[in-house]
Amino acid sequence: MRTMAPMQRFDLRSWARHGLVTAAFSCAIALALTVTGQGAWDVQLAYSLGIGLVAWLVIDLGRHLLAPGSGWPAGWRGALLVAAGTGAGYVAGTALGDAYSGHSAPLWQREAVPTSLVITVLAGVAISFFFYSRAQARQLQLHMAQAQRDAAEARLKLLEAQLEPHMLFNTLANLRVLVATDPARAQAMLDHLIAYLRATLGGSRSVQHPLADEFERLRDYLELMAVRMGARLAYQLDLPEALRGVAVPPLLLQPLVENAIRHGLEPQVQGGRITVRASTRPGRAGMLLVLEVQDTGAGPAAPAPTSGAPGSHFGLAQVRERLATLHGSDFTLDLIAGSAGGTCVTITFPLQTTP
Amino acid sequence: MSTTAPRALIAEDEPLLAAALRHELAQAWPALQVVASVGDGRTAVREALALRPEVLFFDIRMPGQSGLDAAAELADAWPAGQPFPALVFVTAYDQYAVQAFEAQAVDYLLKPVQAARLQKTVQKLQQTLSSQAPAAPVLEATLAQLRHLLAAPGVAAPAPAAAAQTAPLSVIQASSGSQIHFVPVDEVLYFEAADKYVRVLTAGREYLIRTPLKELAAQLDTHAFWQVHRGTLVRASAIASVTRDEAGRLHLALRGRPETLAVSRLYAHLFKAM
Repeated sequence: MRTMAPMQRFDLRSWARHGLVTAAFSCAIALALTVTGQGAWDVQLAYSLGIGLVAWLVIDLGRHLLAPGSGWPAGWRGALLVAAGTGAGYVAGTALGDAYSGHSAPLWQREAVPTSLVITVLAGVAISFFFYSRAQARQLQLHMAQAQRDAAEARLKLLEAQLEPHMLFNTLANLRVLVATDPARAQAMLDHLIAYLRATLGGSRSVQHPLADEFERLRDYLELMAVRMGARLAYQLDLPEALRGVAVPPLLLQPLVENAIRHGLEPQVQGGRITVRASTRPGRAGMLLVLEVQDTGAGPAAPAPTSGAPGSHFGLAQVRERLATLHGSDFTLDLIAGSAGGTCVTITFPLQTTP
Repeated sequence: MSTTAPRALIAEDEPLLAAALRHELAQAWPALQVVASVGDGRTAVREALALRPEVLFFDIRMPGQSGLDAAAELADAWPAGQPFPALVFVTAYDQYAVQAFEAQAVDYLLKPVQAARLQKTVQKLQQTLSSQAPAAPVLEATLAQLRHLLAAPGVAAPAPAAAAQTAPLSVIQASSGSQIHFVPVDEVLYFEAADKYVRVLTAGREYLIRTPLKELAAQLDTHAFWQVHRGTLVRASAIASVTRDEAGRLHLALRGRPETLAVSRLYAHLFKAM
């Protein structure tokens, strides 16, 4: 994650930008020194440009050698690099300045040494710190962007699993027909599609919703499928009045109903019937909620009829995982092959009525 | 264009979509006569053989038998010398299938079917029908296309899963009553799909297993076992001879079994003298 392909190469543009900033900073120092009467402007400029540019060359090239691609070498190596660059800048830059001004006394015999050294060190540290924090900020931005991309991708994958494109396009194809032939029915179908999409797209956001809402979402889905499958799909939703308010995880039963259609009814030429039922029964520690999804389809032993579609195991595993998150080991999930063909999936967990 | 009006068969399990395609076709190709509209693969094969239409529109996902399997079965059963119908696959969303169709230059329509796209398909179909190509090469080309489509990952068989990576199966475990027989794959002469079971035949015995043939085929050494029919996998080294009957169909005689096995047209290309 830390290294990124475009950063691996030597970044000529950021290198040149650093050089320009350094040169501008050196000019500012030379101007300040001239204004405060430290000597002729051109001589000051020669010294400060010499020191600044040598320090920049050493630090920026050293940076690339020590930590290719990632901005700055970490910890003491970075500090040492700045110190070495500043020192080299001071010695070599002073020599360059001497060559320009014709000054020939050795470095250690000059009165201006303390001042110019202090200026060099301060400027070197300041500029290096400036560049360092900017590089840090940029790195951080890249990481954030990458994290956002990863999160978006993960969401998209989940969504793709929930919202099978094949189902969506077939539904749209049916809608397209109905718009022309039966606008009223098209509108009803569109309303079911909107409710289904809203629940699927926003479903992960709420933790629980009433069982009545859960059954309404199943009705939306089954109505959409009923338009598509015509007489091949019959369905029945049994929700006792007393259980309408019971809180359940949103779209918990959805994958089970999808499986019943995809693996049960779709492979059968004659289609079949789906029954979703809610009831209660006494358990060891209070009442249990019993949710059943039953179909008269091909049965669990039949091979998956179509290509590319995720198997029924994906749906079942998803339901099991959600129940485990909410109830620990305090739930059951059973898949039973019916005696006369078909499949029945039964879920039980402790009944919690909303206050 | 032939002198008689061209006839078409639509195989689509969703009633509204079938009606819509029929309606769109009436606009795009008024001369085309839709002689049958069926809702599943098996009926499509039966009706196509009975009515011999010039054009077929096959949905990919259908109950009972997929459009692809139905096309393969139809190509196998099609009377020799008769021109094979022009075939158009219809699919809602299936990136694997679309890639495979593109690769094999098979005509296809995406649902929802749109008028402009359908118009192009109709033009292509009209060209094909008017070209009056000889029947045999057309059927051969269709067979080759279907063979490739059936073998393409994710189209007919599930996309290559982890199972395909493991070593080939060495033992078949077949239950009979309260016993499970272990049958070394080396002793198996052929596998034959039979309704909900697969028959496993050795020189002396027959066993039944529930693993579908497609799944089994993925776990067997493809050099040792050849697919010679949609429902038959035969050990190549157990084939004694191949005979061609009057109708041009191939039959295999086996070493160690008295019965002969029919070879599907789809796989006839495997049998040539060296």
